[in-house]
Amino acid sequence: MFFTLIFTVLFYAAIIIFVGGLAFKIRQYWQTPAPLKIPTTPAPVTQSGVIYRMLKEVTIFESLFRSNKWIWLFGWCFHMGLFLVFARHLRYVVDWSWVALIQPFGIYAGFLMIFGLSGLLARRFLVERIRYISSPSDYLMLILLIAIAGSGLLMKFAFHTSVIDVIDFVHGLLSFGFHILPPDFLLYMHLLMVVGLMIIFPFSKLLHAPGVFFSPTRNQIDNPREKYHVAPWAAKLGSDKE
Amino acid sequence: MAKVEIEVPECPEYPIIPRLKEGMMAHSKPYIAVEKFQHELGFPGELPENWQEAALDKMQDLLGKYRSFQVYLDSCVKCGACTDKCHYFLGTADPKNMPVARQDLLRKVYRRYFTLAGKYFPKLVGAVDLTKDVLDDWYSYYHQCSQCRRCSVFCPYGIDTAEISMAAREILASVGMGQKYCNEIIGKVFKIGNNLGLPEPALKDTLEGLEEDIFDETNVAVRLPLDEKGADILLITPSADFFAEPHVDGLMGYAKVFHESGVSWTISSYASEGANFGMFIGSYENMRRVAMRIRKAAEDLGVKRIMFGECGHAWRVGYSFLNTLAGPFDFLDPNYPVPQHICEFTYDLIQKDKLVFDKSENDEHVVTFHDSCNVARATRMGPKPGGQFTIPRAILKTVCNNYVDMDADTIHDATFCCGGGGGLLTDDLMEIRVKGAMPRMTALKKIVDEDKVTTLVAICAICKSQFIKTLPYYGMQMYMMHSLHQLVSSALVMQRLTEPADDSESESSDD
Ligand code: SF4
Ligand code: SF4
Repeated sequence: MFFTLIFTVLFYAAIIIFVGGLAFKIRQYWQTPAPLKIPTTPAPVTQSGVIYRMLKEVTIFESLFRSNKWIWLFGWCFHMGLFLVFARHLRYVVDWSWVALIQPFGIYAGFLMIFGLSGLLARRFLVERIRYISSPSDYLMLILLIAIAGSGLLMKFAFHTSVIDVIDFVHGLLSFGFHILPPDFLLYMHLLMVVGLMIIFPFSKLLHAPGVFFSPTRNQIDNPREKYHVAPWAAKLGSDKE
Repeated sequence: MAKVEIEVPECPEYPIIPRLKEGMMAHSKPYIAVEKFQHELGFPGELPENWQEAALDKMQDLLGKYRSFQVYLDSCVKCGACTDKCHYFLGTADPKNMPVARQDLLRKVYRRYFTLAGKYFPKLVGAVDLTKDVLDDWYSYYHQCSQCRRCSVFCPYGIDTAEISMAAREILASVGMGQKYCNEIIGKVFKIGNNLGLPEPALKDTLEGLEEDIFDETNVAVRLPLDEKGADILLITPSADFFAEPHVDGLMGYAKVFHESGVSWTISSYASEGANFGMFIGSYENMRRVAMRIRKAAEDLGVKRIMFGECGHAWRVGYSFLNTLAGPFDFLDPNYPVPQHICEFTYDLIQKDKLVFDKSENDEHVVTFHDSCNVARATRMGPKPGGQFTIPRAILKTVCNNYVDMDADTIHDATFCCGGGGGLLTDDLMEIRVKGAMPRMTALKKIVDEDKVTTLVAICAICKSQFIKTLPYYGMQMYMMHSLHQLVSSALVMQRLTEPADDSESESSDD
């Protein structure tokens, strides 16, 4: 009961910080003007072209692929793994049929995640240039993610946790009713680290997730000659047009 | 020409990523602008007592004004993909010249003062206090960035170090640490109209001299008009075109093309400068003041179109920013984009078969084209993306028989900067200029050896001046360097012997 209470409080706090923090940052990005047209060219000349460019960036990591095949391989495996694992976890919240369908992939995606993350971590230690630019937090972030994925896999393959009970707990959270969280050390660690990740999300480099959509070099249409573009603060300077 | 003694990096046979050599270029810094030049641009003359507060206030101000600055400071994941993409890193091995490390110089301070993590756990996230040492590091390494945007192409989030460099330079200028070369030049534009400080009578003389040169060579009275009211086109070109070699041969080329087209044109003495160094120092306000001169010249002369000559960053400010800074240009002819590039104009005439060439005139040349970074990664030509690569090459292939490209990963949007862009084209930065030229020189040398390339063509005044200086360091001839319209000019067969008439059939644009 004690742990159930703690995790309930932690989860509510984490959700508030995560959603609130992200909303704050997204609002900040949204409201900060981009006063000049700075797409990295060649850039699309239409809105649909920009959407296509952005889709390629966030699904196949196009620029990264051009840039460095190793980082691309590890980074892409990690993110795709994460995506599938996340989708698999939806079963704790909803019971849609496609979520049921991807369950088997979700399991192997856990390994894919760990493979990608270990590759990234190894590069951080081994490649001199990347070691130079890394702070402690950069290593810790990777270790945290590996530990989350690892504890999850352990619960699946070694020390089984009752999925039904966890589903009940989550539904309890969502409906503000209480259900006991099964007493399981691995589960507690897993959840604790996820809560930690949610809390640091809006304060860390994980902001690259919303950030990429706001990157002017990638999301602007190449049409400066056709369309007049000016930021509100810059327009004020114009009042003295000589 | 006297060469400064610099340890020239070797050109590797195949691309290698150097081992880090910390502090290699920490000594490199340009002269600081004296009080007078700072004041003219609205900056304080020296480091104020409360410089730290002032610098952080400025940073806060910029965070609210530029989405790029805010998003890029937050979003870098230190993946390292950009670490081997900067020519200054490849040429110096100084780790602070890796794009992400260059950004980090400022990001560390941003984290310390503007993020929770940096306020409470600075060691954990690598945040540092803004000390005088940090400020000096900024001055040094943000003047080892040519704002070429190569790193931005390869970053998964498009993080553009140029944006950070510009912001850093603006912060520096706002605490009295402006750069002499750029600020002095901007001051000259405000006072006289161009970077060189060439006044109207001297300019007039120069242009008349060029008319005579063309007449001697072709027997055709080609004009280079100055301040001619009612002309169709206002030509804005970098002032280096008025006197430097081989820039001036390019200017004569434009004049001959204009002559053949039958369209009237003029240069303005008030806006006799295509360059806009306001961009280099990151100052929107100064960039706008320079750009407004072009608008005023266009209004005063009553022209219908604005066109830019061969200059990389000028074309960026022209193509990408001019409308924003000094527009909208609804008083100009709406049938043409504002502004146009001289290459678009020439290409259009070629498409319409309006120009006659004798290609064999250029048979002594085996030509290659250097994509200037600002043209390649920050602008376009023509209606289609990538026109900035295809149009200049199409022109070259029309006027020359022998054309060879450099390696594919060093051209188009992956082009290497000449090493002298972004306000670094000054003698006090010669060492970083020479070292930064290494990747471009390596790719060039390869085709000089393998394909007997004799001629390097660029459409940027800075590239041309920089290559003239750096080619000899790498064992190549400065005479290799040519303007694009110089080769157009040598192959152009003059058909119109008379002066251009005003009522000539007008040529129209297809974009
Ligand atoms: S490529 Fe982009 S995200 Fe990766 S280290 Fe460089 S700037 Fe940061
Ligand atoms: S903009 Fe160019 S010079 Fe500056 S860091 Fe990036 S690659 Fe280097």
